[in-house]
Amino acid sequence: MCWRWNKHLLTGILDSHIIDYPTPKNLNYMWSFGSTAGICLGIQMLTGIFLAMHYCPKMEYAFYSIEHIMRNVKYGWLIRYIHANGASMFFIVVYSHIFRGLYYGSYMYPRHYLWMSGVVIFILMMATAFMGYVLPWGQMSFWGATVITNLFSTIPFVGRDIVEWLWGGFSVNNPTLNRFFSLHYTLPFVIAGAAIVHLALLHDVGSNNPLGVEYYGDKISFYPYFYVKDLFSLFILLIVFSVFLYFFPNELNHPDNYVPADPLTTPAHIVPEWYFLPFYAILRSVPHKLGGVLAMGGAIVLLLILPYLNTSRVRSTYFRPLYAQAFWFLFFDFLFLGWIGQKEVAEPYTYLGIIATLYYFFFFLVLVPLLGILEEKLICYDVEKI
Amino acid sequence: MLTCASILCMHSLWLLTSRVRMFSRAAAAFKRVRFIPPSAQDGKGKLMGALVAGTAVAGGVAVCSADHVPSIDYGWNHHGLLASYDYPAVRRGFQVYREVCASCHALEHTYFRNLVGVTHTEEEVKKIAESYDVVDGPNAEGEMFERPGKLSDKIPGPYANKEAARAANNGAYPPDLSLITKARPGGVDYIFALLTGYIDPPEGKAILSGLNYNPYFPGGAIAMARQLQDGQLEYEDGTPATTSQMSKDVATFLAWAAEPEHDYRKKAGVQWIGALLVALALTGFYKRFRWSPLKTAKFHYVA
Repeated sequence: MCWRWNKHLLTGILDSHIIDYPTPKNLNYMWSFGSTAGICLGIQMLTGIFLAMHYCPKMEYAFYSIEHIMRNVKYGWLIRYIHANGASMFFIVVYSHIFRGLYYGSYMYPRHYLWMSGVVIFILMMATAFMGYVLPWGQMSFWGATVITNLFSTIPFVGRDIVEWLWGGFSVNNPTLNRFFSLHYTLPFVIAGAAIVHLALLHDVGSNNPLGVEYYGDKISFYPYFYVKDLFSLFILLIVFSVFLYFFPNELNHPDNYVPADPLTTPAHIVPEWYFLPFYAILRSVPHKLGGVLAMGGAIVLLLILPYLNTSRVRSTYFRPLYAQAFWFLFFDFLFLGWIGQKEVAEPYTYLGIIATLYYFFFFLVLVPLLGILEEKLICYDVEKI
Repeated sequence: MLTCASILCMHSLWLLTSRVRMFSRAAAAFKRVRFIPPSAQDGKGKLMGALVAGTAVAGGVAVCSADHVPSIDYGWNHHGLLASYDYPAVRRGFQVYREVCASCHALEHTYFRNLVGVTHTEEEVKKIAESYDVVDGPNAEGEMFERPGKLSDKIPGPYANKEAARAANNGAYPPDLSLITKARPGGVDYIFALLTGYIDPPEGKAILSGLNYNPYFPGGAIAMARQLQDGQLEYEDGTPATTSQMSKDVATFLAWAAEPEHDYRKKAGVQWIGALLVALALTGFYKRFRWSPLKTAKFHYVA
């Protein structure tokens, strides 16, 4: 008997997880975001490794080393723009992936651990992206770092100590930049590990599908069917990515980040990167410092515990007319929060932000548990009537 | 069809992201005012002030910030998906920078070698570089010395350090210009608007001595006085050196200084996106080809 590669311990893993892996036939293109997110991570890690060869994590040189990459390193501008815009693309893909999960009930039993591992990846991504934005040491890097690290100062009694421990000094300073660089380089490998866990948990139970109904027979292999389908999605992503990359490379950046960091001049508006804006809006909508931080943290924790808040046994929103309304309202509410996050703190934005924040929490804390029960009752009522 | 769709997509993106987001009447009103030659505009401070106030009410919050007038889209030569810089303008702009701006503003990320083949020939740039004194060293005796500039040198700035720059400018720091079009909202439009936008302050607006009124500058009070006057320098190519001509040229030059890769980037983008579109079409075909047995499968139930 000849050696069969798909029965070998190592190559067999490859075979059973990305070649022969049984996949529901009815997955639509919304199921492409998982693989494209993995590719985004790969792009970020690869370009990051090359950037780190030329970048200098020292206060006096960081900004200049970025300009050195942009001007003197062969294709340095391309590598850096890929890395900077790649972060945005990664978040576009991951937000789509999250909302896909919310729509098709992919967070429900038996995929609750899968969903939670995903939220952990999302949190790690946010930490990595934030620290990455600090590295160019522009005005927005410096002041963003100051604002965000200061959030920890709201913790009673030990807040100040924690912040100084994070800074490695008494302000955002050279040690802060150094450790952010170190962590920014390390965390993607942690994310990659978490992504493998995420994939293992997925393949343990198998993919959800648009109907949300489990069936174990009649699946198709990943290769070639979903390989080509994901490849098609990947090219669409790369085209959108390239339009930004080649034609609008600074559109998602803030002009202030091309001004070298100056601790003596505060920018008129300190705004985080666009992908943090919804959470930033939640932070600002609570008129209490600690309360705001708790609300922002809570907004993410709610995602984490969503499988336990849910009461519905029907996964897909196709069969949940009430939840569908609430879901789409949440979707636009989230976009709206993002818009609020980049506006100045003034009426009517603060007021609208409070309403949008309230709906976000109302959705997870009230609508998710309530609609599950209500919809089931209505179905039972309807069935009994017949 | 795919190509058409993607061109449409790119076009709408361009529309979305271009600076002309201000579809309101306010933008049109500013446009009318802005294109009055700056010399003729000096007497129109009040009109300007009234317009600012008027449009702030009519045009809504998106158009007018509280303390300055946002610059509008002037339709630059290089602001198209396939457009390159206007290189004669970049060359003239370098002359404006060298003869006017360089007395206060550095261009610290730009090397003489960057100009070669862009604004000047290698011989010309060598001559320009030699006209600068560059501090080098230390030599064998441990002394710093001055020598004529070389192609590999950065264009020397006017001041030794930030403190010297502040001391020479009444406490105001003239920012480095090599990234300025990327570092200001509005970019190259802002530079043009600022350079041509000096007018008398509207009534009731107090400007401290040593500062100048410019509605495009955040806060309105800018330390830099109006620098460009009609006929102040003589262009090599005989272009009339009006204020707006010089402003346009120097703004184009600064756009190049901030994004020297710009032309190559767009060209590479067209090629790369073109290749991706072909790959997308082929993959689309391959996907349908592979899936066709599944898509055409028929389940037939016999009752």
